Amino acid sequence: MKAAVIVFPGSNCDRDIQVALAASLGHRPQMIWHGESKLPALDLIVVPGGFSYGDYLRAGAVAAKSPVMAEVAARARAGVPVLGVCNGFQILIEAGLLPGALMRNAGLRFVCREVYLRVENAGSVFTQGYNVGDVIRLPVAHLDGNYFADEGTLDALEDADRIAFRYCAANGGAHANNNPNGSARAIAGVFNEGKTVLGMMPHPERLADDRLGGNDGRALFDGLVGTLAGAQ
Amino acid sequence: MTAHAPTIASEEGAFTPEVIASHGLSGTEYGRVLDILGRTPNLTELGIFSVMWSEHCSYKSSKKWLRTLPTEAPWVICGPGENAGVIDIGGGLACIFKMESHNHPSFIEPYQGAATGVGGILRDVFTMGARPIANLNALRFGAPEHEKTRHLVSGVVAGIGGYGNCIGVPTLGGECTFHSSFNGNILVNAMTVGVAPADRIFYSSAAGIGNPVVYVGSKTGRDGIHGATMASAEFSEDSEEKRPTVQVGDPFTEKLLLEACLELMATDAIIAIQDMGAAGLTSSSFEMASKGGVGIGLDLDLVPVREDGMSAYEIMLSESQERMLMVLREGAEDAARSVFDKWELDFAVIGRITDTGHMVLTKDGTLAADLPIAPLVDSAPEYDRPWSPPPAPAPVPAIENGKAPSTNDALLALLATPDACGKRWVWEQYDHMVMADTVQRPGGDAAVARIHGTDRGLAMTTDCTPRYVAADPRTGGRQAVAEAWRNLTAAGARPLAVTDCLNFGSPERAEVMGQFVGAVEGIGEACRALDFPVVSGNVSFYNETQGRVIQPAPQIGGVGLIDDVGRMVTPALKTDGEILILIGETRGHLGASLYLREIVGAEAGAPPPVDLAAERRNGDFVRGLIGGGLVTACHDLSDGGLLIGVAEMVLAGDTGATLEAPSAMAAHEYWFGEDQARYVVSASASSQAAILERGEAGGVPLTILGTTGGDALTAGGGPPISIEDLRAAFERWLPGYMDDEG
Repeated sequence: MKAAVIVFPGSNCDRDIQVALAASLGHRPQMIWHGESKLPALDLIVVPGGFSYGDYLRAGAVAAKSPVMAEVAARARAGVPVLGVCNGFQILIEAGLLPGALMRNAGLRFVCREVYLRVENAGSVFTQGYNVGDVIRLPVAHLDGNYFADEGTLDALEDADRIAFRYCAANGGAHANNNPNGSARAIAGVFNEGKTVLGMMPHPERLADDRLGGNDGRALFDGLVGTLAGAQ
Repeated sequence: MTAHAPTIASEEGAFTPEVIASHGLSGTEYGRVLDILGRTPNLTELGIFSVMWSEHCSYKSSKKWLRTLPTEAPWVICGPGENAGVIDIGGGLACIFKMESHNHPSFIEPYQGAATGVGGILRDVFTMGARPIANLNALRFGAPEHEKTRHLVSGVVAGIGGYGNCIGVPTLGGECTFHSSFNGNILVNAMTVGVAPADRIFYSSAAGIGNPVVYVGSKTGRDGIHGATMASAEFSEDSEEKRPTVQVGDPFTEKLLLEACLELMATDAIIAIQDMGAAGLTSSSFEMASKGGVGIGLDLDLVPVREDGMSAYEIMLSESQERMLMVLREGAEDAARSVFDKWELDFAVIGRITDTGHMVLTKDGTLAADLPIAPLVDSAPEYDRPWSPPPAPAPVPAIENGKAPSTNDALLALLATPDACGKRWVWEQYDHMVMADTVQRPGGDAAVARIHGTDRGLAMTTDCTPRYVAADPRTGGRQAVAEAWRNLTAAGARPLAVTDCLNFGSPERAEVMGQFVGAVEGIGEACRALDFPVVSGNVSFYNETQGRVIQPAPQIGGVGLIDDVGRMVTPALKTDGEILILIGETRGHLGASLYLREIVGAEAGAPPPVDLAAERRNGDFVRGLIGGGLVTACHDLSDGGLLIGVAEMVLAGDTGATLEAPSAMAAHEYWFGEDQARYVVSASASSQAAILERGEAGGVPLTILGTTGGDALTAGGGPPISIEDLRAAFERWLPGYMDDEG
């Protein structure tokens, strides 16, 4: 299985997700510089977290115009799975691969803390390592993670089962205190129509190793590798 | 460059005393400038002398005392004098670290002041070849009720987070306390810890006549001119008009600069490298030339500038951020340029190394400055400032029987004080998990970052108790070092070395100099006794406004090594039915304690004595227990004493505890006295005998405190306090304060 992590100027979770993926893959995924306009054959593309272009203009807005993103979009349209985490989610939205917008956190401050997430759809290539209704614990670390879309779009996303994760309480219940950024309908991650593109604010790569205090993120990478490697 | 002849005419004539004074030079110092040059300097040259001889750059009031600090150990690769200290951490790796102040800029413009403080200390560390793996800080704010405090807390915390989060280096630890002495002069000290291959350390000594001098990074603008001079004078009412001297940070550019430098450092292109920090191009070029014993010729027209019409004076004194100066191997320019092109950073050959021993600057094709390097650097003034021994602290007031609040009331009150309360509001604004190696997060004794790709870890902490230093500088200095050493020990680490950041008032006051001399003496004693050398540091004088001097804060940043992070412990109590054991002697010392200040309302008394032999013995004992897997949790005791310490363990692990009453001491002395050299450990009943046996053999005082379990803390037979109530007290104050817009 061939996986690649795209590196933009200002990416800073590229190594972290490379390490987490490598633990599941058995080898290191390739790192691809944003200036590339051609991609090799790939089974998975990861757009990592960080502060691409310093979040200047708008988080993800400049990176979305990088040469490599046209190729990423083409691959996404062709059905290659694309995962965007944190700034990667922001970039995928700015690139038009996912709906909605990520606004300034409701608290107006950067927030780095562990959150609980309820798995809403376990049928995708990304989430099949989980069961629907599972409550998992992952960290968030962002200033602009407040997911917004108009009511019609939110309804459509729900109707099409395109919500991947929602912020929740430890017992899986909903409570405003457990929504770290004010996201609409507590949405933490969404799919494209084909559920081959996933954007999420929480960082699965940061809790995929017991030494770091938990490994709830590991099932996401194991699930991806299990399916994509098996499909070859 | 050819043989040198002085060609600068005194075209500007003699400077007025006002111009000289505005450059922070005394009449005597200006006389020395004239002696060195044998002529009148021009304005650019005067500006260069001004910053090079500023307290901030020259350490002219502190050098005499800093020389007394121990700086060597078998594991020290490079002590003070370079951009940062370097120690050997085994496995072919070195740890590079330093702490620095950014106090005055942070008071004037808290977000940018704090952000650029972080940016500056990061550069000091990656200049030497290290990838930064952690940031820490120490923040001292004014009284919460002071009109500026909330605004300053908000801006400083956001600025530290804004810079560290963006560049992607986790902010793992620090201190944040409040006292009215900081009302007009807060302290923002930032520390960076990095890791480099031990055989690939980069130094700043220029070499190789004819080698290119290269400028990389951001363009030079008019920001920060005379920042170093500002940091070398006390504050006055109009200090806020100095806002234009505060630099503006760009962490995105610094991230690019970091990656580009590390990429170039993997080649053999770099002979020497130095970041442009305080005093910018002036300080970096003079330091590199001085260390290498060479001259430098610079063509200032080649310096990348942000705006037109900048004078030589402005270019040399700008403190624009995210810039580096390098000396490259001749012929390596093109390969180096391609690295910086990839990262979209400016790269300019702006001069050459010469054999003249002079700094020769040209601008617009004419000579702009011509200064002999060695005399300017070596003849920097050095002062043996008069100092007076500190006065004896006021006696501890008698606490009448029956007047003291109940133990539970005092505990809940202390937990909700600005200094003892939880600082989650602060550290949740810092990305403390990026780099995916954080194995002990903020909120414990020390932060621990795994050394990437290994099972080993670096433990890190920053410590100082300013009220102790104010009451007795020597003891306070000893205590700051001892507490850092204990915090590392409590995680299971072997403490290796420290960096210091010495924050004091004006050295021109004998009583402040007395504090400085005492604190340095105490730091030296403790560092020697604990084999904990000082490998880097920074002095920040003139922390006073309109005559109000800060409580002295000689901040200590400590680093230790953990051989197996799987054996590390934290303060969190995790299991019911364990035994809690107190290590060290309890005498109930209340002088200069948090209890006295917050509950009794008295800032009085001498700080607790620091018995360095006991620190060593008890700490080595605790490290042995942790290494032997005999304890499941460990916490050092400091601010607030025993009961605060146990409450923190209960809160961290969400597991209750029941403690026996003291036998031979007043309750408030026992529970809240701040005796040093103490730890609390939790151990299974099956380990108890082995621990007691080891303690007896080592002559370590041990006391069985009680047991773990349940969902409450019960102290000395009093009513239990639920963990929920403890947590409410501990977590309440800071968010409530910050959300109250006043």
